[in-house]
Amino acid sequence: MLSVSHLTCQRGERILFQDLSFELPESQWLQIAGANGAGKTSLLRILCGLAEPVAGRVTWNGKAVRENPETYHTDLLYLGHQGALKEELTPLENLALSLGMEGFAVSENTALAALHPFGLQGREHLPVRFLSAGQRRRVLLCRLLLRPASLWILDEPYTALDAHAVGFLSSLIETHLSRGGSAVLTSHQSLSLPPGLCITL
Amino acid sequence: MNGLLYPFQQSVRRDLLLAARHKTEIVTALFFFVIVVNLLPLGIGPDPDLLRKIAPGALWIGALLATLLGLQRLFAPDHADGTLEQMALSPQSFTLLVAGKILAHWVVAGLPVVLIAPVLGLQFDLSGRSLLILTVSLLLGTPILSLIGAVGAALTLGVRGSGALLSLLILPLYIPALIFGAGAVEADLAGLGSEGHLSLLAALLVVSTFFAPWVTTVALRVALE
Repeated sequence: MLSVSHLTCQRGERILFQDLSFELPESQWLQIAGANGAGKTSLLRILCGLAEPVAGRVTWNGKAVRENPETYHTDLLYLGHQGALKEELTPLENLALSLGMEGFAVSENTALAALHPFGLQGREHLPVRFLSAGQRRRVLLCRLLLRPASLWILDEPYTALDAHAVGFLSSLIETHLSRGGSAVLTSHQSLSLPPGLCITL
Repeated sequence: MNGLLYPFQQSVRRDLLLAARHKTEIVTALFFFVIVVNLLPLGIGPDPDLLRKIAPGALWIGALLATLLGLQRLFAPDHADGTLEQMALSPQSFTLLVAGKILAHWVVAGLPVVLIAPVLGLQFDLSGRSLLILTVSLLLGTPILSLIGAVGAALTLGVRGSGALLSLLILPLYIPALIFGAGAVEADLAGLGSEGHLSLLAALLVVSTFFAPWVTTVALRVALE
């Protein structure tokens, strides 16, 4: 369970949000809504433990995330709005190497099996710079299939996706929740997911 | 799950693969080294005794500047595209992944310099023995340049005009390596033996291998905040 208590985030002089508290139990998802610049990404970075809040604490299963990074990072999958994809490498290489650096060996067949449901047949060996924005996003989302994790933190996962991919991603999230996982995501669209929690910044 | 070394290997492999897709960068750094080293005799004049004397220093300064060229790009692209965030969030040791990047930087920027140095040394009329000592000193010294340089690259990450700042920060820290590296050949020519200089250089290498990746990681975490 992810729990957040009395969180305050400050960017420069401006306080983005303060005294934010919530709990995210298993099999639940949380949507973070808010206008552009309201601090959605800042909140996600704090939840990941990448940034330190001015006040308050974030705990995962009762342990502070910044003090116990190893256990937390094993359970966590974070997809930022920056791609973390290398333009010069092919989708296959990108997936194999990024998962390899997390300690998961991914064979070519496993990676291919993850790329195909996202409609990336025939693009496996093409450098990512030749792919469209939506296709890049799909390559990134393949990590959801390949990397076991009980907490997904997704920053704008639906950006640039077409209707088919949106449906597929929603079904992935649903399966994840039904297996006892939890998810935090930011999105401006109304989502076809089972009812979840929502906070507005 | 695999052993500790697997993520390290993957980190090295990734950076080498990226370097292989950007061959021009490697070639540019190497040519820069060759040209800097060749300019010195042109400026100083063709006196063989003088050239023999300045050769170790010239090659070392060339190596130093060539290493500096690639340093700015050591972390900047990964910072810009979010890869560094993913590395920091990896369940594996961030320090180990960073160490992998530093090793890859040495293979791309340092190793070619070590390999071509004996050829350039010939132009300075160095004897076979001096060439060997010079190459060994570069082999021990160039990894130090990458390791210390990584600390500087991490500290200046995200700073505007980081290139000049990086040079100002790092070049003074290269002084010990330069003194012992270039000094090894001179000490041998003076009949003192090069073992002392090379041992000190090796000691510097050991110390920086232990501390530089760790300090770099701390600086990177600050840059990511």
